[in-house]
Amino acid sequence: MSRYTAITDADRAAMLAAIGVDSVEELFAAQIPAEVALQRELALGDLQEGRSEQEVYEHLSALAARNVSVEQEVSFCGGGFYDHYVPAFIDMLCERSELLTPYTPYQPEVSQGNLQIMFEYQSAICELTGLEVANASLYDGASALAAAAYMAKGQRGEGPILASAGLHPHALQTLATYARGYGCPLVEVPLAEDGSGRTDLKAWRQALAGAAGARPIIALFAQPNFYGVIEDAPALCERAGSSEAPLTCVSVDPLTLGVLAPPGAYGADIACGEGQPLGGRLDFGGPSFGFFAARSELLRRMPGRIAGQTTDNAGRSGYVLAFQTREQHIRRERATSNICTAQALNALAGLLYLVWLGPRGLRELGELLLARTAYARSRLLAIEGVSALYSGPCFRELALRLPARVEEVRSRCIEQGINPGLALAGLTGREGDQEGLLVAITERRTRAQIDALAGSLQDALSDIVPLRAGGPLLSGAHR
Amino acid sequence: MSATVFERSRPGRRAFSPPPLEVPPVDPAQLIEDRLLRRAPPALPELSEPQIVRHYVRLSKLNYDLDSGIYPLGSCTMKHNPRLHERLAALPGNARLHPLQDARRAQGALELMWRLERALAEIAGLPHVSLQPSAGSQGELAGVLLSRAYHAERGQERPLVLIPEAAHGTNPATVAMAGLRPLTIKSDAEGMVDVADLEAKVSEQVACLMLTNPNTLGIFERRIAQIAEIIHGVGAILYYDGANLNAILGHARPGDMGFDIVHFNLHKTFTQPHGGGGPGSGPIAVSERIEPYLMVPRVTRGEDGAFALDYDQPRSIGRLRSFHGNYGTFVRAYAYICSLGAAGLKDVAEAAVLNANYLLARLSDARVAQLLPLAYGKLCMHELVLSGAPLRRELKVKTLDLAKRLLDHGVHPPTIYFPLLVEEALMTAPTETETKETIDELADAIIAVLDEARSEPELLRSAPHTTPVGRLDEARAVREPVLRYRPEQSAAQAQRAADG
Repeated sequence: MSRYTAITDADRAAMLAAIGVDSVEELFAAQIPAEVALQRELALGDLQEGRSEQEVYEHLSALAARNVSVEQEVSFCGGGFYDHYVPAFIDMLCERSELLTPYTPYQPEVSQGNLQIMFEYQSAICELTGLEVANASLYDGASALAAAAYMAKGQRGEGPILASAGLHPHALQTLATYARGYGCPLVEVPLAEDGSGRTDLKAWRQALAGAAGARPIIALFAQPNFYGVIEDAPALCERAGSSEAPLTCVSVDPLTLGVLAPPGAYGADIACGEGQPLGGRLDFGGPSFGFFAARSELLRRMPGRIAGQTTDNAGRSGYVLAFQTREQHIRRERATSNICTAQALNALAGLLYLVWLGPRGLRELGELLLARTAYARSRLLAIEGVSALYSGPCFRELALRLPARVEEVRSRCIEQGINPGLALAGLTGREGDQEGLLVAITERRTRAQIDALAGSLQDALSDIVPLRAGGPLLSGAHR
Repeated sequence: MSATVFERSRPGRRAFSPPPLEVPPVDPAQLIEDRLLRRAPPALPELSEPQIVRHYVRLSKLNYDLDSGIYPLGSCTMKHNPRLHERLAALPGNARLHPLQDARRAQGALELMWRLERALAEIAGLPHVSLQPSAGSQGELAGVLLSRAYHAERGQERPLVLIPEAAHGTNPATVAMAGLRPLTIKSDAEGMVDVADLEAKVSEQVACLMLTNPNTLGIFERRIAQIAEIIHGVGAILYYDGANLNAILGHARPGDMGFDIVHFNLHKTFTQPHGGGGPGSGPIAVSERIEPYLMVPRVTRGEDGAFALDYDQPRSIGRLRSFHGNYGTFVRAYAYICSLGAAGLKDVAEAAVLNANYLLARLSDARVAQLLPLAYGKLCMHELVLSGAPLRRELKVKTLDLAKRLLDHGVHPPTIYFPLLVEEALMTAPTETETKETIDELADAIIAVLDEARSEPELLRSAPHTTPVGRLDEARAVREPVLRYRPEQSAAQAQRAADG
């Protein structure tokens, strides 16, 4: 008996008698052939012996203490997950037993709380994106894009998948894995050569029209893109208007949608994205959630759970899981997705965060992020030798080109307690990104912290750059 | 029904107070082209914080939850969720750790992942683990893609995946997503894989066989060694769906049975709070021959003992999601394994199997067995499947009616209408964390409801009677879809209510 099981010797004796066997071993021996039974104890090394709650706490807190969290340094790391402030009541609600411990709502009469939450969440995502239907969550932003492409395959049949090079590199890699699975070639459209950091519109239009051979089934891009650059989303969603035109799907940062146009307004068929900025923890990358919304014509091709309103046998309004015939447990190999367990608790946090912000808060926070990012941009570009990797307008994240090895600069800043952001070279492998630093600005990054980042970068560069005597970067005086 | 949060909204209320701007304000229109800007704000609700809290606390009380009572869904392994795990996952070093933090400053997280991988490898009996998949179905997708990659490197296109009749729906759905075709294998009279049918259908066209063991009937596939031989005989891969791993923890290992790939459901076997539908986590363990194709990144441990993430795996199938997986679930699963140790894990399976068989014994009572007999066999592993076919035939009461009436008795009903090969199926797994008393209460409730079925069947057909809402019309939700709040609908409803 461990502390989570409760079978006493007396219980066991009574239970075995009721079953009609002499021992628990007999129950196993009667069912598992000796040839495949494990004839020894599991060998778990230093986890061999069970531990008290206190010992487990101490062991795992010692491990956690070896991580440097965003509480312990001033972090400008982003790249898909951001250090936003999460209000306390979200933690409180998500820890409630009634929300933390139920299963997927298979018995709607005793799951009305969860089902209404799913309905409200779907409504909030529709409002945010300007699209007509939303599901109750997918795994994350990257796999939501892959789900959109699978949906397009169901809708349009075989054909290439078009993806902007401005998508998150993990999203591109995830798309590649999934697309190889369902047999659709992935065609990447590069960023424009004008240095804006936006998707190359001319190449995009040619690819949409089927320049590479077969006509694409879907075209996917990010708004803002991985470099923080605001794309010309309406232009990317323009199409010939034929019913055979590729679907357009935008992976959108939800926190920008108080300021930036909603995907529904510029004709996107699908909007999806990473939900972590909406009240999610960093959690070293998960769990978070992927949101997914589409035009109503695509409803029957949607992946994932969808809650719907209905009535009970007394005419009272209530909620159920709707359109389950799309799903794997009924439709099996013809299902719109294989997803079963999704990310309900994370989506709840997302809903709570959106309700917390409200329409004005979403706008205010968006404008604050825009203003702080603009401030950071002007402060950082004033540093000798530092330039913008891309010239396009950006939102909450900006890519810099540094006149020195990025990792070396980062190390020096980190020594001063400031993590200046992400080295692009480790993430994208794109040639132009070798000297790139991706700096994320959230509302938690104050003006003083941005100033400190500028000072720290400047110090680091003035220490490093003179070492490269005679280099072309030494054209100006330092300080 | 409770008003939606949108209906509680009043213009001008707010819960968010922004931090000071601190920098010069920026007019978005000065920075961004006008056509890229939002014209009208989204119609999100406007409430104060006390209103928000009250609304969602009220909604929460409409849910049945595991902390309040037994949740005996078959195939779901609804075991207790220790609160220690929530405390540990919330430590700043975990919850506030950025996913792209440099490896040398995330050593604790990487060590935890490495340690969890080692423990899962031993539990599965397979040497290599990737924690990346987000849930079981993504673990399955990984498995099928890995099988494909394995065959492709040997110059083989194998279009088929064998799936037993009793399999979870995720199996065939996954196969289709991976670009292959499922082929169903029949079950035999004992509820196991029909080996003759398997032999007839197996060929070098088969990429893999996906199998749950014990299977979804709660029956251990006794001929697993023979099945493995048949599958390996044509060069195919044997895939283990880990949904039912709880039944055999420390007693048998998929790797020893001949499986090449295993997925774990950390949210089942390793107790993650289910959150009303996730998050889950679906790590996979694989044999040596599959290892080169595993997803990137891999967690590695250098000779100096330092942990790192290795992206340089040229034969890898790639990645299935962003970052490294659902790390928060890794913390909980690792804590669980630390708490239990080897003997504790073995005890989990023993208690789960003992509890299930005790429930089965209680339900073998003639009052139950006449109407709701065990579908196959005499004993079970961690779960059992009953058939309500006699109940329907003799009393015109469906398994659905029985389940709804159980709600009135205060217990959450078992899974119904799965697996598909059992008519009017009722599938239940009490799990190891339930006491004999709660299992007795569940059995007593089922006996009482069947008594009611005999004396007053209408009580079941119109159930539930004591829940916040009565039986809901699922067909209507599809016929007249209302999938989001709209102010005009609300007005129409209010009108209908007023008219009624």
